[in-house]
Amino acid sequence: MNSRPLLDVRGLSHRFGRFRVLTDVSVRVMPGRLTALIGPNGAGKTTFYNCVSGRYVPTGGKVVFDGRDITGLPAHRVARLGLLRSFQITNIFPGLTVLENVLVPLTLRAGRGMRFWRAHHRDPALVERAEEILERLGLADQVGRRASELPYGDKRRIEIALVMALDPKLVLLDEPTAGMTPEETDRMIGLIRELAARSGITFFLTEHDMKVVFSVADHIYVLHQGRVLAQGSPDEIRGDPRVREAYLGGSLDP
Amino acid sequence: MDAIWVNLLNGLSWGMLLFLISVGLTTVFGVLGVLNFAHGSFFMLGAYLCMQAMAWFPSFWLGLLVGPVVAAGVGAVVERCLLRRVYARDLSFQLLLTFAILLVLDDGVRLIWGSRYHVVDPPAVLAGVVPMFGGSYPVYRLFLVAVGPAVGLGLWAFFRLTRWGKVIRAAAMDREMAEGVGIRVPALFTAVFTFGTWLAALGGALAAPHQSVGPAMGERIIIESFIVVVVGGLGSFPGAFVGALVLGLFESFGTLFAGRAQMALPYLVLAAVLLVRPRGLFGQEA
Amino acid sequence: MGGGSRAWLGLGLLAGLALCPLVVPMYWVFILTEVLIMGLLAMSFNLLFGGAGLLSFGQASLFGVGAYGAALVLLHGPPSLGLAFAAGVGGAALVSLVIGYLCVRRDEIFFAMLTLGFGMMLFTVAHNWREVTGGSDGLSGFALPTLPVLGLSLFDPRVMYWFTLAVVAAGVGVLWRVHRSSFGLVLRASRENRERLAFVGASVARYRLAAFVVSGTLSGAAGVLFCLFNQMATPDVMHWAYSARPVLMAVLGGSTVFLGPAFGAAAFFALEQAVTSVTDSWMIVLGAVLIPVVLYFPEGILGTLVRWVSRPGRGDRE
Repeated sequence: MNSRPLLDVRGLSHRFGRFRVLTDVSVRVMPGRLTALIGPNGAGKTTFYNCVSGRYVPTGGKVVFDGRDITGLPAHRVARLGLLRSFQITNIFPGLTVLENVLVPLTLRAGRGMRFWRAHHRDPALVERAEEILERLGLADQVGRRASELPYGDKRRIEIALVMALDPKLVLLDEPTAGMTPEETDRMIGLIRELAARSGITFFLTEHDMKVVFSVADHIYVLHQGRVLAQGSPDEIRGDPRVREAYLGGSLDP
Repeated sequence: MDAIWVNLLNGLSWGMLLFLISVGLTTVFGVLGVLNFAHGSFFMLGAYLCMQAMAWFPSFWLGLLVGPVVAAGVGAVVERCLLRRVYARDLSFQLLLTFAILLVLDDGVRLIWGSRYHVVDPPAVLAGVVPMFGGSYPVYRLFLVAVGPAVGLGLWAFFRLTRWGKVIRAAAMDREMAEGVGIRVPALFTAVFTFGTWLAALGGALAAPHQSVGPAMGERIIIESFIVVVVGGLGSFPGAFVGALVLGLFESFGTLFAGRAQMALPYLVLAAVLLVRPRGLFGQEA
Repeated sequence: MGGGSRAWLGLGLLAGLALCPLVVPMYWVFILTEVLIMGLLAMSFNLLFGGAGLLSFGQASLFGVGAYGAALVLLHGPPSLGLAFAAGVGGAALVSLVIGYLCVRRDEIFFAMLTLGFGMMLFTVAHNWREVTGGSDGLSGFALPTLPVLGLSLFDPRVMYWFTLAVVAAGVGVLWRVHRSSFGLVLRASRENRERLAFVGASVARYRLAAFVVSGTLSGAAGVLFCLFNQMATPDVMHWAYSARPVLMAVLGGSTVFLGPAFGAAAFFALEQAVTSVTDSWMIVLGAVLIPVVLYFPEGILGTLVRWVSRPGRGDRE
């Protein structure tokens, strides 16, 4: 059994000017365990993600990924090490086709981004791999369409496809079901469950839809006012009075 | 007269003009998110309108008042009729639109006032020279050296102490929030753009007696004010001040040690800052 | 449109252009040569603008480096066409590497300002370094080299035209390959969403720099042609007012269509011919045309046409 955490965040702090957004946040994500970070709006979840994924340089603390200190590394270097994130808002390449969207990360990963001469669609290995990923995410019949023309739920799945294309070790999912219809949400939950079980990728997600969190997570951290308020299994969290208080009661029940 | 002092004063007076331009550029960018390529053209327009006003009412002070106000009116029209349509669009199209406005203004000025250079006399109080450092120095340049910090101080007080100033600063930091607390953003944008063009035109009117008025005067100033805001940090008020001073002094002292290569000095300063501190001296991390 | 019909379209266009000097009056051969040269400049500019979403206001300075490189060789060196191209194109590549490195360090808004600034720096050098560049008079008075293969002289306007067409076609061919390559795909992705690209592991600045160098090199090649065409190199082609030309051509013709900028170059010249015969205020007309194009037809003439043609009843493309 591998007992080294895949992601080990130690005493992370971040401030904007005088405003402390995160204070001494420590989070461990074990490989293969679906971990979630929850908290009311403004608790600092997105800032936490930005610090971990290289968008911000945290003002204090350390981020260790897969045994390597990645604190302050720029986003593209973090991504190359296998830590990927998906975004709360749809963040894809809207003007490219669905297939091209997935080809971009595949091309980069294969180190072929600086090929100036060969046509990108004449790279059968990459195109095949792209189609395989899109098939898995149920987008196989959309490959030639411009991404911007697709409905919201499909765009979110392209987002996941972009991440999958890079064979990540750890994926940060930032509110993967935000803004989705109930059906889309159910599909997304199913997808995350399936990928977590079969793909060998570890997922770490933030979410404020409690139904989603309690139905998929193995381990939960609760962030409140920039600090870790509690952590534990879904049952432990559900029973924690401090957490109930932070959420003003009630809304924790799925 | 000591060359060091002359160059210091020359550098300061040019730096102060640069500051007036750059602070308008940087404020408009900060609030509207639009980089105005036509900003230098408003500088030029200010100079021409001041000159025209002086031809009608023979007073420099009246010209200084009327010219920039009329130019700012043009700015308001430009914002309401044109810029407003592209805020939601791609950045490139905003740049292209301001660039098209630059073409129209620059050629329009040429069409109205001709391609030749005009000389504007400073008012009688500020005409002539004063004996200084064993030589003499034009009074008008001393006036510019004094006006810069005065305007700077006035702006500082406006942004820090008045309600409008605070609103503008808040909107520059977070547009959505400004909307959320009930600021009428479209009106604010018009006001800020008008204000920015007024500052540029004021700089132009002040520059009129300092340099000759001609259709190329907008071009030099816009390029140099770009350098100022990159060096100082785009969107930063103190950055504009320090950047303008640095550039003004470099150019002025450059004539002492660099000779003909002095013309290339602003670009060398720019390259150095980009290499060492790409965010600019006062730039915030994105 | 399939790959086959695209190739036929390209060949047909090329053949039509090659036949032009046989049918049009000599005056138009000169104009067409210039249109071709500016077309290459505008298309190389559009690798940055249409391809990567970067608006360069200093493209003409690299064009000028190409022109001066060739002029210096022809003035002081052997009358070799190959050497003139090597100097002009190589010089432009080198200069774009240095300037590009500085210009891609910040985001798009800075890119526009910095290309304008450094472009004007090159103009200043060309304008003031009289010993080398001839100052505001520029460099002229050199003999035109003959074509190495057929021994034809470029002095003949028709030969100049065909030679220009060959070089421009080759340049456009390179741009087409780059546009369709893996690199081109990543570049378009950087235009679409720079931040996302960084998060899938690309150093956006590196791609932008590479695009800048390719673009600058081809602009340099256009500059060499311009030098041969005019038999001189002058600083005014490095001024930012000249850099405005490829920008306007690309926007006018359509930056989203591959051949849009070249089409824009032709439209630009037609407009210039028409306007300058009536008034000297060419710039104000350009500005007045550009404003509605930016506001209402951001895809330019060719882009809008392509959209109209492909819309009715065509359904999903490709």
